[in-house]
Amino acid sequence: MAKRVGMEVSIAIAEAARQANVDVVSAYPITPQTHIVEHLASLVADGELDAEYITVESEHTAMSACVGAAAAGARVFTSTSSQGLALMHEILYLAPSLRTPVVMALANRALSGPISIWNDHSDVMGQRDTGWISIFANNGQEAYDLTLMAFKIGEHPDVLLPVMVNFDGFILTHVIEPLYMFEDEELEGYLPPFEYKYKLDTDNPMTLGPVGLPDVYTEAKKQQDVAIRNSRKVIDEVLKEFGENFGRKYNPIEHYKSDDADIILLTQGSVTEAAEVAVDALREQGKKVGIVELRLWRPFPFQDLIDALVNAKCVVVLDRCISFGGQAGPVLSEVRSALYHEPKRPMVVGCVAGLGGRDISLENYIEMFEIGENFLKTGKEPEIVKIVGLRE
Amino acid sequence: MSAEVKRPIESALNVFAYRLVEKEEFFTRGHRACQGCAAALGLRHIFKAVDKDTIVINATGCMEIVSSPYPFTSWALPWLHVAFENAAAVASGVEAAVKALQRKGRLDPSKKIKVIALGGDGGTADIGLQALSGALIRRHNFTYICYDNEAYMNTGVQGSSATPLGASTTTTPAGKVSFGQGYWKKNLAEIAVAHKADYVATACPSYPLDLIRKVKRATEIEGPAYIHMFAVCPTGWGTDPAYSVRLGRLAAETGVFPLYEVDHGKYRLSLDLPQGLRPVTDYLKGQRRFRHLPQEVIDEFQEMVTREYERLKKMERLTQEL
Repeated sequence: MAKRVGMEVSIAIAEAARQANVDVVSAYPITPQTHIVEHLASLVADGELDAEYITVESEHTAMSACVGAAAAGARVFTSTSSQGLALMHEILYLAPSLRTPVVMALANRALSGPISIWNDHSDVMGQRDTGWISIFANNGQEAYDLTLMAFKIGEHPDVLLPVMVNFDGFILTHVIEPLYMFEDEELEGYLPPFEYKYKLDTDNPMTLGPVGLPDVYTEAKKQQDVAIRNSRKVIDEVLKEFGENFGRKYNPIEHYKSDDADIILLTQGSVTEAAEVAVDALREQGKKVGIVELRLWRPFPFQDLIDALVNAKCVVVLDRCISFGGQAGPVLSEVRSALYHEPKRPMVVGCVAGLGGRDISLENYIEMFEIGENFLKTGKEPEIVKIVGLRE
Repeated sequence: MSAEVKRPIESALNVFAYRLVEKEEFFTRGHRACQGCAAALGLRHIFKAVDKDTIVINATGCMEIVSSPYPFTSWALPWLHVAFENAAAVASGVEAAVKALQRKGRLDPSKKIKVIALGGDGGTADIGLQALSGALIRRHNFTYICYDNEAYMNTGVQGSSATPLGASTTTTPAGKVSFGQGYWKKNLAEIAVAHKADYVATACPSYPLDLIRKVKRATEIEGPAYIHMFAVCPTGWGTDPAYSVRLGRLAAETGVFPLYEVDHGKYRLSLDLPQGLRPVTDYLKGQRRFRHLPQEVIDEFQEMVTREYERLKKMERLTQEL
C-alpha cells in the first residue's frame, strides 16, 4: 500500500518521474527547480533509474533534446522555472506542433527584472499560447500525483501533446510535506512503456517537421487546436481513473464552499489552500464567500468554470502576474471573457498579489473578498491593476 | 610536405567515378535547391556513405527548406527538423533516446543507428554554436555536418561569422568606405578539435570520394564527429552555376578551404599538392562577392591562407606520432 512519508516535494516529483520509468531526462539547473533534477541525476547515477540524463548547456537545449528524444520514441521528462522557461519559449511551440508528449515539471517563479528567484506565475503565463496542456497543483501531493498523470495524458494516442505541471517554487518545491507515495508495485501497469506511432524509425522513415507553406499552415494549426481541445476527454478520464484507483480525486475546477457563495475568489496553485483559511474566517462572520480553483489552465475548462461561477454575484480573480498595460492579469481576462456570453453572469473584478515571493497574508485574502464586496456595491473597479499587499 | 604521409586525394583519384559510389539515394531528387548548389550535391554524396539505419536532424536553413515543402520530401531516411539553432541539441536527444531504448530492449540493440545533424554555417557558427559545443563535449555518438556556403543564403545572403574576409553580402556590403566582411571566418573545425571530438574533417563535394570516405569514418566511430563541408553557392556568391565543382576545387587547391582531417587528434591533409598552393586570386576571380577587393585586402587574404596552410602542415608533422 501507499505509504505516508515526510518528503520534500521536489524529491517526490523526481520520484514520480522515476516511477514513470522515464527513458531520457534533459534538464538545466535553475532555482527553485534544482532539487528535482539533482535527485533524478542521483537516481540515474545509482542505477535506480535506467535513463539517459543529458546535462545540457541551456534550457533551450533541454527542451530541444526532449523534443528529439520524444520524437525517437522515448518517454522524456524535464523541469525548469522562470528564465529557463522563457529561454525554452521558441521550442515550447515545437513540442505540441510535432506532437511530442514531453512532460515538464514547472516550479513557478517570477521573471526578471529585477531578478527574483521567488514564486509567482509570470513564467507560465508568458507561455500560455504555446500549445501545452497546463495544469496546476496546489500542494505537494497534487504535484506528485499530477506528474504521474501527465505522462498518461500526454502520451495517450488521442492526445500526443506535451504537458506542464505547475507548482509554486519554494512554497511547494522546498517544503517537506506528508505525502502518500506509491509503492512501485502499485503503479505496475499504470504507465506501460511509451509506444510512439510517429517516431523516427529507420524501418519506416518519415519526414517530421517539414515546411508548412501557406496552403497547409492554417490547417496544421487548426489540427493542433482541435487536438488540445479534444485532449479534455482524456484528461477527464485520467483524472477519474486515478481517483477511482487511488482515492484521490482531481477535477479541472475545484471548489471550496463556493456552492452558495455570493463572492468567489478564483485562484490557481498553492494560494488556494491558504485562502481557505480566510473563507473559513469570513464564513464565521456569516459572509457567503468561497473559492474556485482553476486547476486546468489549458485546455481552458470553459463550461466547468461557467457552471462554477454563474450563481455567484461577484468573482474576484487573483492573478499572480501582471499583464502590463492590459487587464490586471491574464487569468482575469480569460475568466471575464469566458463568462461574457452568459445571460446571467457574476460581476468580475481582478487583483494581483504574491509577486516575486511576496507573501499573501490572511488580511490580504480578506481584503480581496472586500474588494469583491465593494465592487458589488459600487460597480466600480478599485483601479485598473489593484495590487493587494503593495507597500505604499 | 612530409613524404611519408599518404594523401587520400591523389591526382589519379581526383575524379568522380560514378560506378565507385553507392547507387541508393537517401537524399533524393525533386528538391528545390538552386542550380549549381554544392550543398545539395554534397548531401547526395553524404548519404551515400551511410545505410538506412540513419536518422537525420536538420537545422532550419537552405537544405531544410528545399527538401521538405509539405507534402513533398526528398528524404528516404527518418528526418526531423525542429528549429534553427538546435540541430545538435535535438540530435543529442535522439541519440540519448536511441541509447536508452536499445539498452532497455525497446529498439533492436543490434542495429547501429547513426545520427547525423545538418546545419548551415549560420546555424552552426553563429546561432547554433552553443548547442554544438554542448553536444560535442557531452560526447554524444553523432556526426554533425555543417554545409558552409559562407552566409545566410536562405534569407538572402546576409553575412555570418563564416563569411570570409572581404566578401560582400547584403549585411556586409562593399561600399565607398567598406570592402565587405571585415574579419576572417570562424574556424569551426578547430573549435570541434578543441572539444576533443573523435573525428573532425573538412570536405568538399568537388571531391566526392573523399567526402564519402570522411562521412563513413565519422559515422563508424563511436563518439562525436564533426565535418565541415564547403558548399559553393552560385546564388549568394555571384558565380556561374556550371562552375561550382571547379570552384570547390580551386578553394582546396589555393588553400582557401584546406581539406584535412583530425582523427583522434592526428592531423592529415587530404589533398596531394606537389606544386604547392595556387595563388588565392585563382579562386577569388569570377566571384561577384569579391570583385571589389582592393589589392591590400587580397594580400591580407593571401597571407592568412598561407599561414593557415603552413600551420596545418606543422600540425600534421607534430601529430604524426599520435
